[in-house]
Amino acid sequence: MFDGLLSITVFMPAAVAVLVALFARGEKADLQIRWIAIGATVITFVLTVLIFVGYDRAEGGVQMVDYFERWIPVDALRSSYIMGVDGLSAPLVLLTGILGMAASFASWRIKTRVREYFLWLLLLETAVLGVFLSLDLLLFFIFFEFELIPMYMLIAIWGSGRPRYSAMKFVLFTLAGGALMLVGILALYVTPGVNTLAMVTIPELGITGIPELIAAADLVIPAALIFGFFFVAFAIKLPLWPVHSWLPDAHTDAPTAVSVMLAGVLLKMAGYGLLRINLGFFQETKGFTIHDVAGPMAILAAVSVIYGGIITVRQTDMKRLIAYSSVSHMGFVLLGIAAIGASKADTSAGGLNGAALQMFTHGTITGLAFLMVGLSYDRTHTRHIPHLGGLWKKMPLIAIFFLIAGFGSLGLPALSGFVAEIMVFLGTFSIWPWATGVAAFGVVLAAGYTLWMVQRVFFGARPANPGLSDEIYDGLEDASWVDMVPVIALAAPIFIIGVWPSVITEVFDIGIQAVLR
Amino acid sequence: MMTVQDFWSLSPEISMALLALVVVAVDLVTRSMAKVSAVALVGLIAPLVLTLNLWFGWFGDPAAGPALFGTVEADRFSLFFNFLLITVTAGTVLASTRYIASDRMKDYGGEFVALVLFSVTGMMLLVSATELITIYVALELTALPVVALAAIHRTRQAVESGTKFFVLSAISSAILLYGFAYIYGFTGSTNLEVIMERLSVLPTQAGVPFGSYAVLLAVIMIVAGFGFKMAVVPFQMWVPDVYEGAPTPVAAFLSVASKSAAFAVVMRIMYTAFGEPGLMQDWSGLFAVLAAVSMTVGNLLAISQSNIKRLLGYSTIAQAGYILVGLASVPANQVGATFAGAGAQGALYYLAGYAFTNLAVFFAVIAITSRTGDDSIEGMNGLIKRSPLLASLLVFGLLSLLGMPPTVGFMAKVVVFGSALNANLAWLAVIGVVNTVIAAYYYLRVIRAIVFEDPADTSPIKGDVPVLVATCVAAVGAGVLGFAPFLVLEFAESALSILPG
Repeated sequence: MFDGLLSITVFMPAAVAVLVALFARGEKADLQIRWIAIGATVITFVLTVLIFVGYDRAEGGVQMVDYFERWIPVDALRSSYIMGVDGLSAPLVLLTGILGMAASFASWRIKTRVREYFLWLLLLETAVLGVFLSLDLLLFFIFFEFELIPMYMLIAIWGSGRPRYSAMKFVLFTLAGGALMLVGILALYVTPGVNTLAMVTIPELGITGIPELIAAADLVIPAALIFGFFFVAFAIKLPLWPVHSWLPDAHTDAPTAVSVMLAGVLLKMAGYGLLRINLGFFQETKGFTIHDVAGPMAILAAVSVIYGGIITVRQTDMKRLIAYSSVSHMGFVLLGIAAIGASKADTSAGGLNGAALQMFTHGTITGLAFLMVGLSYDRTHTRHIPHLGGLWKKMPLIAIFFLIAGFGSLGLPALSGFVAEIMVFLGTFSIWPWATGVAAFGVVLAAGYTLWMVQRVFFGARPANPGLSDEIYDGLEDASWVDMVPVIALAAPIFIIGVWPSVITEVFDIGIQAVLR
Repeated sequence: MMTVQDFWSLSPEISMALLALVVVAVDLVTRSMAKVSAVALVGLIAPLVLTLNLWFGWFGDPAAGPALFGTVEADRFSLFFNFLLITVTAGTVLASTRYIASDRMKDYGGEFVALVLFSVTGMMLLVSATELITIYVALELTALPVVALAAIHRTRQAVESGTKFFVLSAISSAILLYGFAYIYGFTGSTNLEVIMERLSVLPTQAGVPFGSYAVLLAVIMIVAGFGFKMAVVPFQMWVPDVYEGAPTPVAAFLSVASKSAAFAVVMRIMYTAFGEPGLMQDWSGLFAVLAAVSMTVGNLLAISQSNIKRLLGYSTIAQAGYILVGLASVPANQVGATFAGAGAQGALYYLAGYAFTNLAVFFAVIAITSRTGDDSIEGMNGLIKRSPLLASLLVFGLLSLLGMPPTVGFMAKVVVFGSALNANLAWLAVIGVVNTVIAAYYYLRVIRAIVFEDPADTSPIKGDVPVLVATCVAAVGAGVLGFAPFLVLEFAESALSILPG
């Protein structure tokens, strides 16, 4: 690939956002802005495909590096601009490309403050891509935090229900985690013998990363504490029980496209962080390693899966239901990471690969689910499940794709969710049989709440009263072609990965093997 | 006798003073304030080019160096600040174009610009001075025009503001002179480098900071004297009143230019005259305490403000505290020579970033309040609907002052706090981080008013073009410094390389 591809990919959406903010004028500005924003995300998608395809699997390692050494040339905090892609980040970058495009199409019906809306949506995409591609801790942190401003605005201004409350809750939770993470980063940097912020080793450029240096270093504060700082920051974002409570509020009140981005890629920043930092840095640290807490992590994961599942069953709001199901499904990611085992000999790369794949599949499946809820809500103006019923006859396309998302979510074989979850189970069961066994019930719960919701909303009889009025019910229309573009974009990977998982797992495996020392 | 060398070294200052005279002359022959502003803006190119020339050596080899018998020096440190000051001045002049043409100002418009230029001349001398008497003279040249500027409206409030500034300025100068006198008495010299040499051979008392109580007293007096200019607690009493009473462009100018110059001269004195490693540890502690108090008091007092200018006044006090963190960060165990300047480097970066950010904020406030006439925070309600551009710039500036990634405010704070950790001042870094959270409360309050509240008056605000341009330029500057910290940090490293400490 060409030089600067990664930087161009990351900053393209932001650059377009600024142009849109400054230049689109006149009566047709709103329409122009929509098309420009969609164009920008489509180009970004093409670039992410280039990155994914262009990543040389035979060669492995970190590739396409953009490196500017003296970004912050102060010895007290020497930070470099390093953008690079490896097996761990390549699929997630692709996922961001897909979802960014889907989100901008799904925003077609935004009517108020269009200019600002697309500005923030595009900046959000830049932030997420930046998180996945930055290989300098400070740069990573900046992108990780930068995502807050667009998200806050998107939820608070275009949300429904109690948008400002939900947006603020989201920001406060993430900021609290971010503050801890920053302390962890600075503590790593000032440790004698580390004194670098590089997250990986890139021999060609003479960059030695923290994973390599940390084993020999005496950390200024205990490794367990630094691990904990990062873990809490990512646990909030993932989210794990008991720090998940921002997620249902944020999702329920966010506009559709923002929910898609939030569930689809923002949560993955946490999973990525756990793999890259918590797993990557803390395998050989003095006094404490990730192996020491693999057991508690498995238990925590099982609790999250089951707790999330049980709460989900009780939900009557479609969006809230899917939001809680995310808590359950993202628990599998941590369960897969727990496959690192209590010692090096125990480690199951399969479980870790499952965790990585679960991130990708959850992104597409839950993204699709939120999209379908949004389409249904646009038409019925309610998400209250008892008020709905019999929508199948009026909106067959929406019902079908909703069903696909549901089947993916409950782990139907031949769809991508199945592959990821079976990998996690097979990888982790031999190491943590009890936790895995308990977590497996999450799948049963998923089948329950998903099918039950689909059955109530789309099939069955129309509730007599209260329910949709005759005018609304008779006037229901199925999805239009503009609506279907993002739907297809998200549904396709679910089928493809379902039957051909190695297209993604091969790449993830390169990344996982590099992270495992 | 002045030599050609002296002229070259002082060329930025001389051209700045000449420009001020030219502005006065032009003001005599024209009634058009736009022309006055234009002359000043175009004229500023001269000191700018002469400054850059001294740095890069464009016109032959002017060989920057000591001038006027070693009393001033055109070294990289002073050139760095000259450049910053000239940029800030250009912004101020641009932003006050419409203001000086307004009805109540048009009779003194020329004087306004000339006074600003005279004051900047003083600041440029101040950052170049390497000798105590020159420092004092330059300081007075800096302060007196500001007194007139603050009172230029001749309203009760403006005169009170000017008088307050004058009296407190005089007191602080007196304290400063006391400090200088002690130093002279001890070392028999007013030259900073000679002072360092003589201090290093003075007999010292074990366990006493700075080796003796007299030197300690002198240092405290010097810091107190400059503390007034830097606007750090406990020498900050004048700030909110003067900012509120003075014309907003003057407040903008004071909050940036005056503060930068004061920090520059303090750094030069501390790193040169008190640049012995042992002494550095002592004043580092002094600055650490001042930093902690400034950040905390400034932020806590800002919370309850309802006037945007007063709020910004307290915010600048807190910002001065963050800069002091950089100043205080002198590593105890000089890990290699390169680590030594890290804190100061961070302070210079913070100063540059703060200058652009604060100007953007103040200019946006000028553009808004000059139209609405309302400088309460409620006056900002729903600004995003009334003027999207100004509102965005203001929000951006406030986020940067708050220290939100990826703005320059965040980058500078990280560098400064990182330096503090590196200098074993973890407690100071923690106080700094806690303060950032406190500050978030009041900055976000303004942002909330701008973005979410409904405006009482929905008529669009059309900012004046010059102010808009100035705001945009300042905001873009702040943005660039945020994405490319190396731009300033590389220069800062080079600028600091001249300081012996």
